[in-house]
Amino acid sequence: MYFLKRILFLIPLLLVISFLAFGLVRVAPGGPFDRERKPASPEIERNLRAKYHLNDPVWKQYLRFLGVGFERDAQGRMQGFTGGLIRGDFGPSLKYRNHGVTDIIAQALPVSMALGLLAFGFALGVGIPLGFFTAVKQGCWQDYAGSFLAILAVCVPGFVVGPALVMWFGLHWRWFPVALWDSPAHIILPTVTLGLYFAGKIARLMREGMLTTLNEGFIVTARAKGLSETALLWRHAFRLAVLPVVSYAGPMLADLLTGSFIVENIFQIPGLGVFMVNSSLNRDYPMVVGLVLLYAILLLGLNLVVDLLYSLLDRRVRYE
Amino acid sequence: MNDLTPNQKAWRRFRRHRLAMASAWFLAAIVLLVLLWPWISAYRPEAISEAQFQPPDGKHWFGTDIHGRDLLARAFFGARVSLLVGVVGAGVSLVIGVVWGAVAGYLGGRWDSWMMRVVDILYSLPSIIFVIVLITTLEGVLKRWLLQVFSPEWSAVSRLLFLFVGLGAVSWLTMARIVRGQVLSLRTRSFVEASRALGASHAHILWRHILPNIAGVIIVYVTLTVPAVILSESFLSYLGLGIQPPQASLGSLIAEGAGQINSIRIYWWMIVFPAGLLVSTLLALNFLGDGLRDALDPRSDQRS
Repeated sequence: MYFLKRILFLIPLLLVISFLAFGLVRVAPGGPFDRERKPASPEIERNLRAKYHLNDPVWKQYLRFLGVGFERDAQGRMQGFTGGLIRGDFGPSLKYRNHGVTDIIAQALPVSMALGLLAFGFALGVGIPLGFFTAVKQGCWQDYAGSFLAILAVCVPGFVVGPALVMWFGLHWRWFPVALWDSPAHIILPTVTLGLYFAGKIARLMREGMLTTLNEGFIVTARAKGLSETALLWRHAFRLAVLPVVSYAGPMLADLLTGSFIVENIFQIPGLGVFMVNSSLNRDYPMVVGLVLLYAILLLGLNLVVDLLYSLLDRRVRYE
Repeated sequence: MNDLTPNQKAWRRFRRHRLAMASAWFLAAIVLLVLLWPWISAYRPEAISEAQFQPPDGKHWFGTDIHGRDLLARAFFGARVSLLVGVVGAGVSLVIGVVWGAVAGYLGGRWDSWMMRVVDILYSLPSIIFVIVLITTLEGVLKRWLLQVFSPEWSAVSRLLFLFVGLGAVSWLTMARIVRGQVLSLRTRSFVEASRALGASHAHILWRHILPNIAGVIIVYVTLTVPAVILSESFLSYLGLGIQPPQASLGSLIAEGAGQINSIRIYWWMIVFPAGLLVSTLLALNFLGDGLRDALDPRSDQRS
C-alpha cells in the first residue's frame, strides 16, 4: 500500500521535473540553431523555429510536449495534439533533425546500460569485499593498505584513469584495444575507468557499516554466546552492514546506466553520456528534457527499489 | 583531562590524528608554494619557448608542453585556480545549504516539507545538465552585468565568478539535508525552548544557539565539499567549459595532456604531473575531512 502510494506520487513529481527542465534550458541564452551553417539566413532560422513551434508561448510548447490539449489547424478546426509524452514520444531532436529523441535514446541507451551494468558489477565486486575485509582487519596493515586504495580510487577522477589506462595498457604494453565497443577485450578498460570511483566509494561505505555493526550490542551478545566468527560476520553483521551500500547503490546505478561523458568520450563508445553533455550545449530542448526525464525516472524508480530492499534486509524497518 | 572544554578535547584529538595533521601541513605547503611560485620560478606560466614537449630534466622539472611552456609553472598556476574555485565554491554552497537547511529544519511542518521537496527535485536532475545550463545562463547574465558595472577587463574574471556561483549553486543540496536533520532534532531541546521563553528572536536562536551546536558537522562537510567542487571544476575545464586558455586549471592541463595521447609517442609527463598534483591535493583534503570528523565526533571520547 505504502509503495503504491509512492508510485502514484511519482507522476506529479516527474511532471514538475519535466517542466523545470523545459523551462531551465529555455532560460539559458542562445538557441538550438546558433550553430547552423554560416551565414545562416534569418529566413531559414525563422522557418525552423516555426516548424518546431518555438515561437509559441512556453506553456503551449509544454502542453504540446505532453501531448495534452488542442489547437486550430490551417482550416480553423480544433485538433488534438498528436504524439507527446502521454503517447510515449519525447518529440523531435532539434540537432539530429531526422531522428526523434525516443529513437536516439533507444539506440544509445542499451550501450550505456551494458557498460553501466558491467561497471556496477565491478564496483560491487571489488568494493564490498574490500570494505568487508578492511573492517575485519581493523588496525592491521591490511586495513591501512586497503583503506588507502579505496580513498585513492575516490580521489582519482575518470579523466585521469582513462588516459592513464590507455597510455599504459593500450599504447605502451598493447594489452587491450584503446577504443570502440565490440569485442570482450574492448570492455575492460572502460569498465574499470567507469567503476573505479564507485568501487572506492562502496568500499568506504561497507567498511564504515561493518565497523558500526560490529560495535552493536547483539554482535557482542552473539560473540559471548560462543557463535563462530564466520557465522557472526556473514550471517549477522553483513546483513546490516550492507545497508548503507544498498542505499547508495540506487542513485549510483541511475548515474551508471545513463552513461558517462568522460568514459564514452575517451573510448569512443556510442552511448548516452555524450548526448547528455552535447544536448545541453546545443540547446537541443526536447533532447535535454527527454534525458532529464529518463534520468529522473531511473533515479526515483531505483530509490523505490532500494527502500523495498531495505525492508527485506532489515526487518526493523517498516513503512506505512 | 576533564577540565578541558569540548573544543579543546576535539583539538587535542585532531592533533593526535597523524594522517590528518600530515595532510594539513601538506595543504599548507601546497598553498604557500602555489602563491609564492611566481617569485621563485625562472619561468612564467604563459611564456612560450622553442623547447616543445621536453621530458622532465634539470631545467624543466615537470617537462614542457606543446608551446614549450614550463609545465611546473603551469601546474602551480593551475593548482592556484583549482584551489580558489574549490574553496570559494564550497563557501557559496555552505551559505546556501546552511541557510536553506536551517530555515527548513527550524520552521518544520509544511514549510519544511516544501523546502525539502525542492531539494529532492533538484537532486533528481542529472548534475551535468544542471551545471551546464546553470553556468551558461549565469555566463550570459553575469557578463552583461559586469560589463555595465565595471570596465571590460572584468569579463575575464567573470568566468571565475560564475564558476564559483554555479558550482556552489549545485553542490549545496547534501549540506542542506544534513543541516536540516540536525536542526530538526535540536529545535525541540530544552535550551532552545528556554531561549524562546525568554523572548529571543528566531534569528537570535538560530545564530547563537543552534548553529554553534552544529558547527562541527558543518566544518566536516565543508572540508569534504572542497574536493568535490575541485573535481567538478576540473571536469568542466576538461570539457572546455571551465577555465579558458591561456589561463589554466589542473583539469584543463590534464585535458591538454590527454589530447596529446597518440600511438607514436607518449608524453606521459603532461598527464602524470598535473594529475599527481590534483590527486594528492584531493587525498589530503579527504584525509583532513576524515580526521576532523573523528575529532569532532563526541562519541570518539569514549573510544580514546
